[in-house]
Amino acid sequence: MSAKMIEIRWHGRGGQGAKTAALLFAEVVLATAKKYIQAFPEYGPERMGAPVQSFNRVSENPITLHSGVINPNYIIILEPSLMESVSVTNGIGTTGKIIVNTSFSSDEIAKKLGIGVNQVYVVNASQIARETIGKDIPNTPMLGALIKVIGILDINDVLEEVKCKLEIKFRHKPEVISGNILSIKRSFDEVKN
Amino acid sequence: MIKTVFSKGKIVAKTGNEVMAEAMRQIEPDVVAAYPITPATEIVQIFSQFVADGIVKSEYIAVESEHSAMSATIAASAAGARAMTGTSSQGLCLMWEMLYIASGLRLPIVMAEVNRAISAPLNIHGDQSDTMGARDSGWIQIYSENSQEAYDNMIQAIRIAEKAKLPTLVTTDGFIISHCMEVVELYPDADVKAFVGIYKPERYLLDTKRPYTLGSVDLQDYYFEHRYQLAQAMRDSKDIILNVAKDFEKMFGRKYEMYEKFMFDDAEIAIVVIGSTAGTIKVVVEELREKGIKAGLLKIRVFRPFPTKQIVKDLSHVKAIAVLDRADSCSGAFAPIYADIVSSLYAAGITIPKVVNYVYGLGGREINTKHIVDVYEILAKIASGVQKPTSQVEYINVRK
Repeated sequence: MSAKMIEIRWHGRGGQGAKTAALLFAEVVLATAKKYIQAFPEYGPERMGAPVQSFNRVSENPITLHSGVINPNYIIILEPSLMESVSVTNGIGTTGKIIVNTSFSSDEIAKKLGIGVNQVYVVNASQIARETIGKDIPNTPMLGALIKVIGILDINDVLEEVKCKLEIKFRHKPEVISGNILSIKRSFDEVKN
Repeated sequence: MIKTVFSKGKIVAKTGNEVMAEAMRQIEPDVVAAYPITPATEIVQIFSQFVADGIVKSEYIAVESEHSAMSATIAASAAGARAMTGTSSQGLCLMWEMLYIASGLRLPIVMAEVNRAISAPLNIHGDQSDTMGARDSGWIQIYSENSQEAYDNMIQAIRIAEKAKLPTLVTTDGFIISHCMEVVELYPDADVKAFVGIYKPERYLLDTKRPYTLGSVDLQDYYFEHRYQLAQAMRDSKDIILNVAKDFEKMFGRKYEMYEKFMFDDAEIAIVVIGSTAGTIKVVVEELREKGIKAGLLKIRVFRPFPTKQIVKDLSHVKAIAVLDRADSCSGAFAPIYADIVSSLYAAGITIPKVVNYVYGLGGREINTKHIVDVYEILAKIASGVQKPTSQVEYINVRK
């Protein structure tokens, strides 16, 4: 595996937007950083609430790999209860980073997951989502947190790009756009180690 | 920085299904008849939206089954229309008898097919059992490693089918490509339309000035000749496919052949494969080459017609070859690609390469770089004479 390739795994529950977040992240990376991307879901049971995963790859070079992500550089947890039921740290090693939607501190999460505190980032994405979007849809806030932690993209470029994408997707529901944009910005600012 | 290959190309992030629908929008066939099935649903869903929004002038026929989808496509094509459809797995199975009718009537239908496992047990994930089962149906079969190839293959398939007068299907691996967003270069509508051209059928049923009969009874006296012509058309279509590829390269800058050789010409050990796993193998081959191991890959793009004479020349220098099949034929003998490779080698009198057969990835079972490294390690042992090649199908990543 190329050392330059970044691999990401998203954990969520059906309906939380883990797939949408991975697709949106890939589109944003291509549009703002002109890097090669992949975004793909792992299709399990297609039920609301069932544990689901999705994945990203980012590289300077064309990505020909079409196998699953085994050793992710970044893991994103949309739903904290998954830490009880799914092996969310699989393949994280000693250098991978995990970003958790939680009200707990990174110390507490590190202890719970049995990994180094330097590997853990936390943000209360559910609260941010409720305050900005009006309901607990944590995928766009967690996108903001990932962009901060990964550090390869300019947040202003990202916000501009996401706005363009959402304006197309939600042309019949423009009220959701500003909330989503704000949620990304707030998570970008509030995520901490 | 990502650059376009074609000066007027546009770089986008799209899934395999999205680019197949995009190709269909640009081709804008006269008729599309389809029934949705996972994981090909999005192709017809997106295309039907184009029709509903008035973006294309195509007639979209929402049918009640895949058997009807193929029947309606056949009728439209026989009437003189450029007709397309899309399906997967059980859908292709339900089309079965009509597949043979499409080819037997020499109708240039083009199908977007997403490779998926066949029931039972029920499984929606990617393997190539569906189209491998249809390998003797008289359809040209073109497989895609990634979304870019799926898009490019769809555009070429129209020209190939209409020139060869053979139905043609283009596939992607279910979910692995159909649902994977990747970087794809799209070409402007005008250039794609110029490339595919306007369909002018030689004979068609709605040509009232030159009426003719299609699909009549054909017994001992002429059936054999018509089936011979079909088989011969398949053999002859190799040149058509290569010529269309040359035109495509001239226009859009991407080179396609019957198969792709990757670090192959001096390879001592090699894998032969079809589809998305070729991309994963390329990563392994590069790593092995850095260690000085002469590993190579031969990725088959066009499986029907099988490039029998050409492929044996390229394979003849390799000491040990593993043919990886993402379909098991349950024949008691060997899986489809292996059977064609080995019979082609034997018929050409080439006996140098030791050739082994692996079945992998059924029902979407993971195949990663580690599994592929293991195959190359065994090939190295076979090539050096340390290990004898097995004379039966081996399986990758399965519990026995």
